[in-house]
Amino acid sequence: MPHDAPSAPPRPRTDPWFVRYTLVGLTYLIVGGLVAVPLAAVFQFALADGVVAYWRNLIGTPESRHAVFLTFVVAPLAVAMNVVFGVAAAWLIARFRFPGRTLLTTLIDLPFSVSPVVAGLSFVFLFGTGTLLGDGLREYGFRVIFAPPAIVLATAFVTFPFVARELIPVMEAGGPEEELAARSLGASGWQLFWRVTLPNVKWGLLYGVILCNARAMGEFGAVYVVSGRTGGETDTIPLHVQKLFETPSRDGIPAAFALASALTLLALASLVLKVLIESKLREKPAPTAES
Amino acid sequence: MSRVSRRALPGFGLSLGYTVTYLSLLVLIPLAAIGWQASGLGPAEFAAAAWSPEARAAYRLTATTATAAAAVNVVLGVVVAWSLVRYEFPLKRIVDALVDVPLALPTAVAGLVYATLYSADGWLGRHLIPLGVEVAYTQLGIVVVLVFTGFPFVVRAVQPVLADLDAEAEEAAAVLGATRWETFRRVLLPTLLPPALTGFALALARGLGEYGSVVFIYKAQPGEPLIAPSLVVARLESGRFADAAAVALVLLLISFALLAVVNLLERWTQRHAA
Repeated sequence: MPHDAPSAPPRPRTDPWFVRYTLVGLTYLIVGGLVAVPLAAVFQFALADGVVAYWRNLIGTPESRHAVFLTFVVAPLAVAMNVVFGVAAAWLIARFRFPGRTLLTTLIDLPFSVSPVVAGLSFVFLFGTGTLLGDGLREYGFRVIFAPPAIVLATAFVTFPFVARELIPVMEAGGPEEELAARSLGASGWQLFWRVTLPNVKWGLLYGVILCNARAMGEFGAVYVVSGRTGGETDTIPLHVQKLFETPSRDGIPAAFALASALTLLALASLVLKVLIESKLREKPAPTAES
Repeated sequence: MSRVSRRALPGFGLSLGYTVTYLSLLVLIPLAAIGWQASGLGPAEFAAAAWSPEARAAYRLTATTATAAAAVNVVLGVVVAWSLVRYEFPLKRIVDALVDVPLALPTAVAGLVYATLYSADGWLGRHLIPLGVEVAYTQLGIVVVLVFTGFPFVVRAVQPVLADLDAEAEEAAAVLGATRWETFRRVLLPTLLPPALTGFALALARGLGEYGSVVFIYKAQPGEPLIAPSLVVARLESGRFADAAAVALVLLLISFALLAVVNLLERWTQRHAA
């Protein structure tokens, strides 16, 4: 029996062209249909009546203006809270071993898997009318629930893990060598932190802040439950979008899309920044060999 | 892996104290308040509130839609991850970046635009409704928005595993005479299974709790079930605090269970990759 001529070495990782074309075509279809078309639609609907109408829809009413204002106050506060926590938690988990470390790492991720509605509800039970804490604070004229403080707390809850999660691996990769060197040269704890640790993890920190802020500005469920949804007082942008969408005559829909387009722009800007920072993180010289 | 002993670096006490205090105040104590509120009910009352026909219907709707969406995402996610890792094609970097959009886009925006696109006069609804596919304001709509919100999880779980996959195993299989399909089934599938399941569990957890996008696209008609988070809100708004807490507690326990499953799956993935 004649042998076949030795064929080219098998190239197992090259799929036949029809598999390749089908999968790439499906990928365009999936990402296009699921993500790109809805994104384009947001701007199409928002700008359908021209730029002047768009601007009027965006900030034409006191309610809309207040919603924008509230979102831009609440999100930075929640992010700031989680930045302080994230730095402390990352330092703890990346630099020390102690009993309960694994449990703590798991608990930090907990808010990601809790329904935002459940998160909001927990603050209603903690600070609502008829609770010890809520009634006590109200005696002193301090309103938490159905007011901005609860909106900040609920937002901080749902965005709780973002900074810590991004920072822990960056800090772990950095290794403690430089810090130990600084320590042996006599640096104090805070000098160590500001001069060595923080500069080393700054891109990871910024990355966490951007993800955290994007989520904070768009949070709906948790804020919906705690805010009381008083127009012009406790409506954030997402809550106001929903109210406009629900107007019976449907004439709030252009304004809903105008505000939604602003949130979409913020989300897209966050993603662009995220991609830029990812390349920054990658070009950083590899950490010193692990000892 | 070098982690220093407690004395070599400063700040152990401070960072431990701050982390535990903040975690307790912001997360653990509020969540405990739900258990506290639900404990105001006796066992029989709790069962009646957490397991009423209305509540059971809500769990069933939530579980079926979230499971269906997560399953769809496994298929879509593996296809997209495969293309992104193995092939070169135009606009690849943009496609890759677009995968993350559902994580950054507010759920209310997703709900708003999906409800509009699939409504009777929307870009997509206009063509789908004559074919009998009704998405806006139906249970199918819940699945569609949950596919959107859960989409990145499977892609991002599978992508790194696929990229790290050792070419040698595949080449060996091919040299030994395995067909492409056999290689896929015997070599690739066992490696892809753990991350795909991790992505499935993450998408499921997200879908079970999702509220923002669903309220736009699903309106329960009288007699139709609510999704579980909507039931919590409905009970809260009618002043039935303890009944709301009972359903919330069930959801919370499911979250804990899923979190444990995701942890196990991630460990399994790492073992496989090692």
